[in-house]
Order: sequence, then structure tokens, then C-alpha cells
Amino acid sequence: MSNEERDNEKMKNATKELLKQSVAPVQDSELRRDLWPQMLRKLHEQPLPIHSIPWFDWALAAILSALLLLFPGAIPALLYHL
Amino acid sequence: MELLERFAAGDLEAFEVLFRQHQGEVYAWTVRIVRDTGIAEDLTVETFWRIYKNRTRFKPDGNFRAWARRIATNAALDHLRRTRHDVTLPENLPCPAASDGVVRRQTRNSINAALHELPPKYRLVVTLALVEDESYADIAQAAGISESLVKIRVFRAVRMLRKKLNFLRTEAVTK
Repeated sequence: MSNEERDNEKMKNATKELLKQSVAPVQDSELRRDLWPQMLRKLHEQPLPIHSIPWFDWALAAILSALLLLFPGAIPALLYHL
Repeated sequence: MELLERFAAGDLEAFEVLFRQHQGEVYAWTVRIVRDTGIAEDLTVETFWRIYKNRTRFKPDGNFRAWARRIATNAALDHLRRTRHDVTLPENLPCPAASDGVVRRQTRNSINAALHELPPKYRLVVTLALVEDESYADIAQAAGISESLVKIRVFRAVRMLRKKLNFLRTEAVTK
């Protein structure tokens, strides 16, 4: 270990001591109640957005619809290629 | 079908089972970061909301525990970002009673304030590594970064903290 690394380690340990005198580690991290009812409420309040279809698919569909509206003659060609 | 497969397919009952299995662990991890029981409860629910929302991205043969911890860390980090400049310390912030004689209240508050003023990504690693004694490997996995980056962030955070707290040392010397 180089001198610089040793100094860094010393500085880290000193800061750690200082922090520990001020902020104790969380002793009691046990969950006191079941959060499932809260979770259910959130699920009901915020319905999930449609995730199965990405935004760029919607964009493609919009572009295609616009093109078909502008050039209806392309519909048979499109149907042929599908 | 396996539980994780059913969850990934959107089965709410499977999600409930996973929620009940992992809520305690997610909460315990989150409270170590945010250090407030009420906020940790809210963030636990937020974490599972994100988990459910992104269930299609989860591979059923993957590690649900590690995935949940990663999402919990991101949710906690988002909270730290939102509240960074709000330096009001939570009332139930744990502090060591035994050392009250050694460190004065004012000094303790200054150290807490310095910790709260750190950029969130540094506060996250310094809290987990130096206060909670979590291993660099665990922090790296939870934060989705490399172990060496955790080390670098701890080192930078230490320097920032010492700079902020330098006045305390000079104050102590003059007394």
C-alpha cells in the first residue's frame, strides 16, 4: 500500500468515526406492519399505463395512418404486402 | 407455473406472495438509506409499485431479491434527490446516546447537515459504507455500479465531508 493510499484509508477511518459519533447505524430495521393494504390502494388509485406497446410503435401507426389518409391509393398495395 | 413466471405474466396473487416475502427486506434496506421509518414505508410501497409496473422486464430465472434491492435503491436515491436541500432532520433519526458527552449536540447537527448536503449519490454510498458498514460489493450490486466506482465515490464523499467539517476542527482547536 502506497503512502497516498494509507493516508486515504486513515482519512476514511477518521471520517467514519466522526460520522458514527453523530449518525448511529439503524438498529431496528424491522417492518412493524403489513404494507400490502397500502400497496393495493396504490394499485387501485394509479392504474398501470399501457406498457406492452412502446411509444415508437404508436408513432409508426400514426405515421402509417396519416400516409394512408393522404394516399388512399396505397391501401391495396399495403394489403397485398401484408 | 412457477411463482416468478406467474408474477411476470401479471398475476396479482403471485405479486402479493412476492410482496409479503420481500417487503421486510426492502424496507430494512430502504430505512438504512433514508433513515426515517415513515418515508421508508412509503418508499417500500413505491418500490413494489415500480416492480409491478416493470414486471415484463423481469426474467423469471433471475434473482428477484437483487432486482428488488436495485429498484429500492433507485427509489431511495430519487427521494434523496427530491429532498436534498431540505436539511430538516427526521425526528426519529437514530443517534448514539452513549457518545452524547463526547460530541456536542451542535457538532452532531453540523455533521448531519454536512451529510445531508452531499450530492445524493455520494450520500447513498457514504451512509451505506461508513455508517451502516455494508460491503462495497453489496452497495455496488444495489446501486448498479462497479465496486471500484463505489470506492471512488466513498473517497470523494469523505473529502467533501472533511472540507465541509473543517471549520469544526478549527473551532475545536481554538477552544
